[in-house]
Formats: sequence, C-alpha cells, structure tokens
Amino acid sequence: MLQKLEDGILEGIYNAKSGHPGGSLSCADILTVLYFNQMNINEKEPQMKARDKFVLSKGHCAPALYSVLAQRGYFGEEELKNLRKLGSKLQGHPDMGGVLGVDMSTGSLGQGLSAANGMAIAAKLDKIENRIYCLLGDGELQEGQIWEAAMTSSHYKLDNICVIVDNNDLQIDGEVSEVMNIYPIDEKFKSFGFEVINVDGHDIPEIIAAFDSAKKIKGKPTAIVAKTIKGKGVSFMEGLAAWHGVAPSEEEYTIAMEELI
Amino acid sequence: MSEKKVKATRASYGEALAELGAKNSNIVVLDADLSGATKTAGFAKAFPDRFFNMGIAEQDMFSTAAGLATAGKVPFASTFAMFASGRSYDQIRNSICYPNLNVKVCATHAGITVGEDGASHQMIEDIGLMRGVPNMMVLCTSDDVQTKWAVKEISEIEGPTYLRLCRLDTPVIYEEGQKFEIGKGIQTGEGTEATVFATGVTVSEAIEAKKILAAEGINIRVVDIHTIKPIDKDLIIKCAKETKRLISIEDHSVIGGLGTAISEVLVEKNPAHLIKVGINDEFGKSGKATELLKYYGLTAENIVKIVKS
Repeated sequence: MLQKLEDGILEGIYNAKSGHPGGSLSCADILTVLYFNQMNINEKEPQMKARDKFVLSKGHCAPALYSVLAQRGYFGEEELKNLRKLGSKLQGHPDMGGVLGVDMSTGSLGQGLSAANGMAIAAKLDKIENRIYCLLGDGELQEGQIWEAAMTSSHYKLDNICVIVDNNDLQIDGEVSEVMNIYPIDEKFKSFGFEVINVDGHDIPEIIAAFDSAKKIKGKPTAIVAKTIKGKGVSFMEGLAAWHGVAPSEEEYTIAMEELI
Repeated sequence: MSEKKVKATRASYGEALAELGAKNSNIVVLDADLSGATKTAGFAKAFPDRFFNMGIAEQDMFSTAAGLATAGKVPFASTFAMFASGRSYDQIRNSICYPNLNVKVCATHAGITVGEDGASHQMIEDIGLMRGVPNMMVLCTSDDVQTKWAVKEISEIEGPTYLRLCRLDTPVIYEEGQKFEIGKGIQTGEGTEATVFATGVTVSEAIEAKKILAAEGINIRVVDIHTIKPIDKDLIIKCAKETKRLISIEDHSVIGGLGTAISEVLVEKNPAHLIKVGINDEFGKSGKATELLKYYGLTAENIVKIVKS
C-alpha cells in the first residue's frame, strides 16, 4: 500500500514536471496509517457528517494526499498522472471544491490548523465524536498563525484535534534550524497546552500507537511530532533540501521507481 | 423618508445578529477582542455557546470561521475593516473565497469616519481589496433599515460576503418595510442635472445635497449602491444616459472603490465622465468624524458645490 502511495506521488510529480517530492515522501507513512488504519471515512459517502477529517496544512505536499485518496478509492489512480495539468481536478495545491475527500483547501502555509479548529468546534457543537487530523510541516511552524491556532486548540479544549508535525528538518532554503530555528518543537506545543508524543515518522507500529493513545487524551489537543526523512525511500532525494520543490528527470524517475519496489 | 433618528450601521448589525441567532441555530459568531465595538456582544450574551472570542488573532479567526463553514455552520466573523480585509487578506482569499465557503466577513469601523484613532485604523482600501477576490460579494450599507435587511439576507445566501459597516452615527434614511435587493441600487429622485452615486455613510449626505439643490430649482438624483459587487450595471448605464453629470462619493480611497467600480462599467458599456469624490490616494488622520468628512469633502455642501460648478 505504502509503495503504491509513493509511486503515485512520483508519477504525478514526474508527469507534471513540477511539484514537491521531498515533503510528500516524508509524510507518506503517516498518511498511509491515517487513511488505511485510523480514519473513520467512507469513499462511497465522502461527505458523511460524522467522518474523521484531515487537513493538509502543508498543502504543497498535495501529491501525497492525492495519491492516498486514489489508493483509498476516491478517484481513479489514472488521474494521478494529470497532476498540475490544465483541465485536471488535481490542482497544484489541495482544492476541496474539485476533489471529493479533500476536507480543506490549503496552500498558503499556516492556515490549516485554524481551519481544523473550526471543524473541531463545529463537531463539539453538533455533538459528533469524530477526529480532526492536521498535518503541519516543520518549516511551516515559522508562520505565526500556527501559534495563534495552537492557542485556540488549547483554549477551547479541542481534544478531538490531533496535530502531526512532519519533522523532516528541511525547508526550501536549507535546514530548518539554520533558516529560522523552531526547536524544541515538543516543548513549544507542550507549553501551548498540548499533549505531545514524539515518534519515528517511518515506524508504522509506533505511529499507530501514537494515534491510538491520542484518542484517549481528554480535555486538551494532541500534537504528534514525527521525526521523518525528506525524500524517504529514494536514495538520491533523502535528506536533501534541493528535492523540496523540483521534479525528477526521466532517468531519476526510473531509478526512483525501481528503488521504491 | 425620516432623518430624525441616527444610528451607526455597526449597531444595527449587532441588533440584527442577535435577532437572527434565535431563528437560525447554525449561526455562529466570532470576534477578535472587539465585541463591544463591533457590537457582536449582544449575540455573545444571548447565545454564549455559539460565540467564540478568538483573542487578538484575526488571521486565526477567519481561517477558523472557514473550518466552521465546511461543517455547515454559518459563521459571522467580525473585527475592524483594517484587520479583516487588510491583516487577514490572505486568510479571506485562500481559506474562505477560494473554497467558496459560507463565511460572512462583517467589518466595522471602515473609512475615515473611525475618527480619532487615525490612519492606522481608518481602512480606505477595503472595497478595492475585497471586490477583487473571486467569489466574494461586497456590501456597504447606508442605514439602520438597510443594514438589518442585509444581515438577514446574507445569512440566507450561500457563499462568502464582505459587509462593510461604520462606527459613526448616521441618519436613518429608509422607512421600515422598504424593499431592497442584492445587486440593485436604489434611486431616489428623477432629476436629470446630475446623478450622485453614494454608498454607506455618504448616502445621507447625497440625499441632503439633493434637498438643498431642489430648493434652488436644481434637480438631481441619488443612487444608493449598497451592493458594490455584483454592481448594478443597468442602473449605472441608465443614469449615465439620462443625466448630465455623474458624481461618485465614498468614504474610501478613489482608487479601487465605488468610483472605480462605476468607472469600469461606464468605460465598457457607456463611456461618460465621472467625478470621483473620496480619499485622494493619501492616508487619513485623527480628528472628529464630522470634521474629517468636511476635510475630505464627503459632505452635502461639497456635492452641492460640485453640481453647481
């Protein structure tokens, strides 16, 4: 399942000749666990009111979201190769108006957690017991609105909120700690009133255990800080900021697809 | 028409909102620590479970409102026009308008009539900013009766709306029961010497100017453009054809606002000269609202002078 997801990410970006492979691959394990193990969703009833919801706040990693939605049956896998192309419903960044299964349009960094909070507040008002998941990039934590939203999650005791930080340690211009240090991530979320769980973001059982324990936390939101590797699974992409926002060449694509088998 | 009563449109907004809250349980209200000034406090008191104070964090507020709307709520989010259309432009554009979510951005303290707070709080670019965003409907109401209609109307229309409201007490123009329609201007008078297009706080000034001029035998008409987007193209063209002169007057920059919106219609459909009265590409300043209206020429007296010149 995971391999198909990773293939889908690269297929889309390769065909589009643009996109963000590094951060899409670093969160692939997390999305696999969410969409195939954790979330209460039904592709046959995508707008089901009591469904769990997912907000990809780091919207540039749309290829990962599209790929997992295709694997889950929200649309045909053949659509993935049309990513970013004129006339395709797969816009460069997630568009909830165009793709069933996308719970929130994102792209301008820093806004997703606020939207997730809105969904969580609505669920409380409607007495629906669903989970709202929100994936943040580590570089994205430099956006001030994330911390405004973190205050809101905590102030309104949104225990149905589960934040995941894709801590791949790289952003476009280099290492996160060098561009603008955001560490310690766990201590920051703790001080904002979150329950914090640190995990290896590529250890599937560990990720599952973290989500399971987050569900039991009452009265406050949870943040899972997932240590990940940018470009995970493709040897020449792993750990390199240069692979934040460029597509592989034909030769690189062929090598990558072989490595991912 | 009665001009004895005065009331700020922000106050009418607060009253209408509290009334609507009883009728529609999906309405939720968000504010950013200004509920006393934006007048959402009335709703907060009546429906505390559906009121969310987001603190001094406007960007978070508008994106949160977007999230609430995805779940079927009808969020009314209020702060000053500066912090809505200015500080939170990106959130309104990307979190609300791009996904076409049903959020009502109700921005008070628009224009120079904010008064003493000065330029940092006098938002004179908001109409331009908001009408440029796809999917956004833009309203700017002129009195108590119209504002109460608008609040109810937008609660029943699916999609993002920007409602521009003001701090200053202004005359109640319309009688109870007056009919309004989104996208349809309201013409007062049939005079052919000039048409004065106005919106928000300048409508009552234009109507006063019409009275002064009528006493001197000069007959003009006033058009209240409460919906700036979609704008009433037909009425603008009709007035351009029927009247000798066209004037627009607004508590907003002459760049991007009512005058610009009218110009766009005229240039395309019926080329005509338009005198644009507004803030001439400069920041506002501190002072009493009534003094500032005079200073920037947003008065009945100035309209009279322009018509007679």
